[in-house]
Amino acid sequence: MRNLLAFVIRYHFFLLFLLLEAFGFVLIANSSYYQQASVQNTSNRITGTVYGAFDELSDYLSLRKTNYILSEENARLHRATSLSFLKADTNSFFVNDTINKLRYTYIAAKVINNSVNRRNNYIMLNKGRKHGIEKDMAVITSNGIVGTVVSISDNFSWVMSVLNKRTKISGRIKKNNQMGTIIWEGKDFSIGTLSDIPAHVKIARGDTIVTSGFSYIFPAGIFVGTIKDFRVEQGDHFYVIPFNFGVDYNSLDYVYVIKDLSKKEVMNLENTVKDE
Amino acid sequence: MNRMILKNIMRFVLFVSLQVFLLNKINFFGYLNPYIYILFILLLPFRIQGWLLLLLGFATGLVIDMFANTPGLNVAATVLLAFMRPVVINLVGKRPDYEQSGEPSMREMGFKWFFPYALLLVLIHHFALNFIDVFSFHEIGQTFLRVIVSSSFTLTFILLAQYMLSVQKER
Repeated sequence: MRNLLAFVIRYHFFLLFLLLEAFGFVLIANSSYYQQASVQNTSNRITGTVYGAFDELSDYLSLRKTNYILSEENARLHRATSLSFLKADTNSFFVNDTINKLRYTYIAAKVINNSVNRRNNYIMLNKGRKHGIEKDMAVITSNGIVGTVVSISDNFSWVMSVLNKRTKISGRIKKNNQMGTIIWEGKDFSIGTLSDIPAHVKIARGDTIVTSGFSYIFPAGIFVGTIKDFRVEQGDHFYVIPFNFGVDYNSLDYVYVIKDLSKKEVMNLENTVKDE
Repeated sequence: MNRMILKNIMRFVLFVSLQVFLLNKINFFGYLNPYIYILFILLLPFRIQGWLLLLLGFATGLVIDMFANTPGLNVAATVLLAFMRPVVINLVGKRPDYEQSGEPSMREMGFKWFFPYALLLVLIHHFALNFIDVFSFHEIGQTFLRVIVSSSFTLTFILLAQYMLSVQKER
């Protein structure tokens, strides 16, 4: 015992180092994708409040641009309402209205912290559980996809940005419906990569990439980006397609969190198949 | 003695807020993220107890992690930095005549001593940080680029801050 004590005292510097380092790695290990809720929530509350206060300041600086984006979007929404269509066939409008049950609702939120320069980037929003945000909801802007909610507290939520090593979103090329996987290789925050498109498919620069809707997170048909370039690695049968993101992730301000009203139903349905 | 504690607390607040509110938001080709907050650990007095050095490294990393939502990442890197500090001080060479309250700053130790000291520790910290973040050797070239770009910017920041301080004091 005395020896042990002497050992601990003699090497306390090294032992303490090992202990603290181990603690750090435990934190890292537990943080993978689904953050430990309890630890995260307390720190979310503190850091969220601080960021919120700081963000009010920078709000004023971007008012002009925000106004522009909002008016652009308003214009597009006006175009999409039934009022701006010529009603040639009245029946079809009625049919559409009764058949289409509302599936997605949108919650507007503001980005209060964001990064693009790490390999794994996260975004903090100023809305949380109180405002109806839940884990695994999709986050978009009017220009495209932004990320997935991974952790929430009462008033704030953390979003795993598309600019993350763990990002894997099902996407497709709009013109021919070919499915692929959207990832981020970590170099430039304006360029993502679409993989798993078979090499025989004809594609061209400038083709549009949208979400496929085959995951339970992003609805189908949300704009992702346009093809910048494409190549086939030697000995491979799939394209590697770098594309330009539609969203400038460095200047995120207001975003929409998408709530899928049928998610429970869809998940339950899938579970019944899995059980059998 | 109290003056020194106060000074270090002020440094902690200054560097951490600089890091969290300013530098974490800068980016440059997507590679650059300078970490000025480690200057707090670098400037702790020579005579600090080993355990206190480690605990301060831990606490600093934890605060940065809370703000950056990277649980454990900065903790691991900063604790390693605190652990390596005495090693690097030995390596660069202690001056026999340093005061009891002396700190390893450019003003007290001179550029010739301070530069390799800061360079080594910044590299150790950034290397650990980036490799733990990516956690694979798959993208090794890209990770090295991150380490080098960020390190040189952090070092420039640190040297500038130290230089301005030493000029001010000489007047």
